[in-house]
Amino acid sequence: MRAVRTSYLFVALYTALTVAFGILPALYAMYLAVTDAAGGFAGLTNFTRVVGDFRFGPAATHVAYFLLIWLVALVVLVTVLAIVVHAVRLRWLSSTLRLVFYLPGALAGASSVLLWLFLLDPTASPIGGLLRLFGLSSFVQVIGPAHLPPIFAVIAFWTGAGGWIVIMYGALNNISAEVVEAARIDGASAMQIAWRIQLPMLRKWISYMGIMSLAAGTQLFVEPQLLSQASNAVVPNDYSLNQLAYQYAFQQNDFNGAAAISLLLLLVALALSAVFVLRGGLFERD
Amino acid sequence: MTTAATDRRSGVSGWSGRAIAGLVLTIFVFFFLIPVVWLLLATTKSARGLIVGAPFAPGRPGDLATNWHQLFSFQDGAVTTWIGNSAMYAVGALVITLVASIPAGYAVALTEFRFRRTLLVLTLIVMLIPNTALVLPIFLELNSVGLIGSPLSVILPLSFFPFGVYLTYIYFSTSIPRDLLAAARIDGCSELQVFTRVALPLAAPIVALVAFFSFVQSWNNFYLPFVMLPSSDGYPIQVGLTSLLASTPAFNPSSAGGQSVQLPTLALATVISVLPVLIVFLFAQRFLVAGMTAGGTKE
Repeated sequence: MRAVRTSYLFVALYTALTVAFGILPALYAMYLAVTDAAGGFAGLTNFTRVVGDFRFGPAATHVAYFLLIWLVALVVLVTVLAIVVHAVRLRWLSSTLRLVFYLPGALAGASSVLLWLFLLDPTASPIGGLLRLFGLSSFVQVIGPAHLPPIFAVIAFWTGAGGWIVIMYGALNNISAEVVEAARIDGASAMQIAWRIQLPMLRKWISYMGIMSLAAGTQLFVEPQLLSQASNAVVPNDYSLNQLAYQYAFQQNDFNGAAAISLLLLLVALALSAVFVLRGGLFERD
Repeated sequence: MTTAATDRRSGVSGWSGRAIAGLVLTIFVFFFLIPVVWLLLATTKSARGLIVGAPFAPGRPGDLATNWHQLFSFQDGAVTTWIGNSAMYAVGALVITLVASIPAGYAVALTEFRFRRTLLVLTLIVMLIPNTALVLPIFLELNSVGLIGSPLSVILPLSFFPFGVYLTYIYFSTSIPRDLLAAARIDGCSELQVFTRVALPLAAPIVALVAFFSFVQSWNNFYLPFVMLPSSDGYPIQVGLTSLLASTPAFNPSSAGGQSVQLPTLALATVISVLPVLIVFLFAQRFLVAGMTAGGTKE
């Protein structure tokens, strides 16, 4: 009995924070989404209104396209890079590689977007030659509408992949050396070990990465926001769904519409990530 | 070392596999490293030198000093204020995050109580909620209690860090044998003592890890302070960067004038905005890897 009371003590502060900044705001968003500006019940009109907004469809398409490119790149490349780095036997080389991959993680948020603004502006960019090779000689050409999803995917990958590589590397280290050794004695190649032993062991972490990245990706905001600012609105300020929600809240003073968009985003993220949770066995304990 | 390497290559992949692996690593080293190297060099150049000079030629210390001076005199030293704000928000949130999430992750992983599974599932669910989806509702919530514009409107929401609880939960449930705790209980430890004397000393890596992620996340957070803080005086450096960007004629031609910011100065601002996170990472890297490998297996 006393043991249980101690457990409650352990989780008390975290629970309080969960209620204050997780549950209450979410409930409040639900309340806002089904009421009108005067506080009266509005049913689903807010949802039909925002979805019917001519800006909604394009914004949803932009985000979906970005997510597709980014998640595939992340899952495939992070797993491959972690396994390859883990196979490097020279300790200093292995740790240097991880550092190099991780380093851009320090430049998240506005900082990495600023850096990529430089890189994408052919006049100042160190890869200006490469950009011109593809016929892109001005900043406005580089940030043409068709290029934006891959550009945002590259920025997000550049910033976030290293952290996941370090995490996957740690998970690989947790695989018992005896298991790998036994497989090797039985004649398994590095490829077979990766496929049959390392990949299944990483599954939990890969699905975890998928969920976290999906959640982060649907939030796409700072990249298009800064790009919009830096391009004098060549990139529109309602490019992503979150930007649209922001426009609703702070330009149109329509918190009900903003809450409706937020809830829709939430629903999609939850539905998609349920697949990851079930397949990845995230709740398995030992 | 040699035998290990030979063993490794005795499989089918052989040298061609190693060549492909080497190529992949080289490509990605360039991909991750070149932008950082270029950015550091850009801070040492003049506005003209940045455009006409060779991209990877170092600039001059004099130009770095000029850029430095231009940056820190921007709006009467606004940059210094922004950095101070960032530090206050990140450290404040870090302390509260640790106090809240380490015991919680431990309790969810290794103790039994009625709402354990509920809390675990809730943690995952809230973790999945895009931060930004909650920012506007939190804004209204805090608005009603008059906290908007105060440091707490940023620090408190940042302190709610389910990711930290989940990391702690994973660590304790996979790396600490339950028998160890059972033994401590048999030896007469109270539940509190089991946590403080047995679990916590073994948890140093995860404390460092959660602290690290919390600090990085808070320092780099853009949207929350962007919404919560109406006044430039309260900006963290991440939001301050947008003010600098707005004053850079290369990206915003209408901003040419007395307060305009040149490209290398903007590059310097970018570097300075990430410096603390960079230092924390370099300093904590060993710890970080130790945290990830702590499970008894050798590196």
